[in-house]
Amino acid sequence: MRFPWPKRRQEMETPVGPGSPLEDAKYDLTPNIPTDTPGHWFDVTDADGTDEESLIEARATQREGTVDVAPQWKLVWWRFRKSKLAVFGLVMTILLYLVAIFAPFIAPYTTSEINAQYTYAPPQRLHFFQDGRWDPYVTGYQVEIDAESLRRTFEPDDSQRVDVDFFVRGHEWEFLGLFPTDLHLIGTENSSDPMYLMGADHNGRDLFSRIIYATRISMTIGLVGVAISFVLGIVLGGISGYFGGWVDMFIQRLIEFIGALPTIPLWMGLAAALPPQWGGLQVYFGITIILSLIGWTGLARVVRGRFLQLREEDFVIAAQLDGASRMRIITRHMLPSFSSHIIAQLTLSIPAMILGETSLSFLGLGIRAPNVSWGVLLEGANNVRAIATAPWLLLPALAVMIAVMALYFLGDGLRDAADPYSG
Amino acid sequence: MLQYVIRRLLIMIPTLLAISLVAFIIIQLPPGDYLTTVITNAAARGETIDPAEVARLERQYGLDKPIVLQYFDWLGGLLVGDWGYSFEYNRPVSELIWERIGWSFVISLLSLLVVWFVAFPLGVFSAVRQHSWGDYITAFFGFIGLSTPDFLLALLLLYISFAWFNQSVGGLFSPEYIDAAWSLARFGDLLAHLWVPLVILGTNGIASMTRIMRANLLDELRKPYVTTARAKGLTEARLTMKYPVRIAVNPLVSSSGGLLAGLISGEAIVAVVLSLPTTGPMLLGALRAQDMYLAASFIMLLSVLTTVGVLLSDIALAWVDPRIRFG
Repeated sequence: MRFPWPKRRQEMETPVGPGSPLEDAKYDLTPNIPTDTPGHWFDVTDADGTDEESLIEARATQREGTVDVAPQWKLVWWRFRKSKLAVFGLVMTILLYLVAIFAPFIAPYTTSEINAQYTYAPPQRLHFFQDGRWDPYVTGYQVEIDAESLRRTFEPDDSQRVDVDFFVRGHEWEFLGLFPTDLHLIGTENSSDPMYLMGADHNGRDLFSRIIYATRISMTIGLVGVAISFVLGIVLGGISGYFGGWVDMFIQRLIEFIGALPTIPLWMGLAAALPPQWGGLQVYFGITIILSLIGWTGLARVVRGRFLQLREEDFVIAAQLDGASRMRIITRHMLPSFSSHIIAQLTLSIPAMILGETSLSFLGLGIRAPNVSWGVLLEGANNVRAIATAPWLLLPALAVMIAVMALYFLGDGLRDAADPYSG
Repeated sequence: MLQYVIRRLLIMIPTLLAISLVAFIIIQLPPGDYLTTVITNAAARGETIDPAEVARLERQYGLDKPIVLQYFDWLGGLLVGDWGYSFEYNRPVSELIWERIGWSFVISLLSLLVVWFVAFPLGVFSAVRQHSWGDYITAFFGFIGLSTPDFLLALLLLYISFAWFNQSVGGLFSPEYIDAAWSLARFGDLLAHLWVPLVILGTNGIASMTRIMRANLLDELRKPYVTTARAKGLTEARLTMKYPVRIAVNPLVSSSGGLLAGLISGEAIVAVVLSLPTTGPMLLGALRAQDMYLAASFIMLLSVLTTVGVLLSDIALAWVDPRIRFG
């Protein structure tokens, strides 16, 4: 169905999002409306469930001659806010990336501080009050050494308290690699005292610090991988959707083919082929490229579907009739109207990347020590004996689950918010 | 129907060729080849191999030919059952892999059945009783199932069975039955071990399948024909099972192929944790030792298995849904 091209702006009654040919036009916004309160246009939290469109229309007819326009990202945000799970996912995701940025501040130790005296030391409980006063401490250990096997067994002993403090000075680190500082969130008052908030591994390294540092690789590998899949997916999906014909046919077969491959064995094969002499950074990028070689297909499918749908839209035809070039139609008119879908799809493909990296590193084919990711940490827990001696070695799994779930919630919420018709 | 199956079988040929190309690339990726391994090993023992011998070996293994010809040689070998030679086990690859592939297939297929038998009723239940407690509990466990990778679940189960029941899970048989002949007792022992990988592998699929089934059925239940059926006085159970469920099942059938791919893929890593006698541990060992013919054959066979699975699910879909058969 085609509607006649509106002759005057005033004829437009529905809001115009980016992507419409009219987006460049300016509108008469009533000057006294404060732009930061959505309630002025309509109340999205309205309990009676009146839908947004009819409210907009009602308002539009109330004040004749003016059109109130909310940019699309704002509409998306209002819809997004309605889902509590999605907002929870967003908050958790932001927190996780903050942890990644401020890892040296939060972690009391570095990842490689070895202490042979405390191999497999169990987690110590953190107490904030001592005798009703603010005086944080962690429970100390009662250490017993088995005479035969020389194995140390640790018993938490509340009489041996290790005083800790917040915002203490410790080893030096650089904020964003620029500003040197030695401030840490938490640390012991006496630096020779043990503090293992989440226990120690077989080398007596602090698991808490390692999990915090591992956030960096684990959380960014998804971002970098998604960036690579983004380029692949958008280029191939766009070509497929825009040109159609045999190009489309070929790319669709390719996507189906990749979808039919067993991912983990394939990843294993490719990861095992990374040269052993590669450094940490090279392996990191090698792994991300391997993960995104398979990860781009989901994005390409979404982009293609949207392209096919939008190609038939009136505003694209209008732009074509107006003599706009192909490139301009794609970048100026089509891309903005599905950018929110792309962002949602991108968010949803990060968890798969994180899980892929975790699986590979767990098998010993991914990130290599001394670099730490959650998968590398879990490698220490890959047999019954290790888990039986030190169950806390499974804690990195909890971090993986939290990250994956937060990103799922966020992506789900974004997808629903980006597409009001998806139900 | 027969025409559809034949068409699908023909499409499989280029797919299989593409898979073989991927597997061959994986063989070629690591630096060096089998011969350099032999020479290094000889050098490590303090021996030297004279150049004429090297040239003879090169000719014997076809390493002096251009890479394209090597590929076709390898491909031809695949077709006649010559899968190459495992350097590590010093045996032909074809002798090593069949039993393991068989177990992989059995476990993946059985967990597909488990997924179906659990996800189908759960999905129907949570759609029919939308917003009930049962629905919320299903959704909650679904989210956990989706966000927990299989091997983590396997690790957790290992720990729980060790810490609480003081017994170790893993493997498919108790030690005394591993080499025993098939008997009722051995079968019982297998069942006692088999449920662990099935549950672990199934969780992820159950979670996603339940969600798909629920969403599809909810869409169908809102359609006018359901109201009509209700107005005619059909009982709730009959009107749900008669039409909406039958339509809602279609996407479930069509996504089974992808699900099977995921199961075969996940099985590889769960098998490593639970030390099952399937492809996973041997593939990992082969990759670590750069035993490339063995590794590539595993990847090749697992991929073929997956494409066959996708094909079967497509045929099943065509069988269930006439629109596809004749479309």
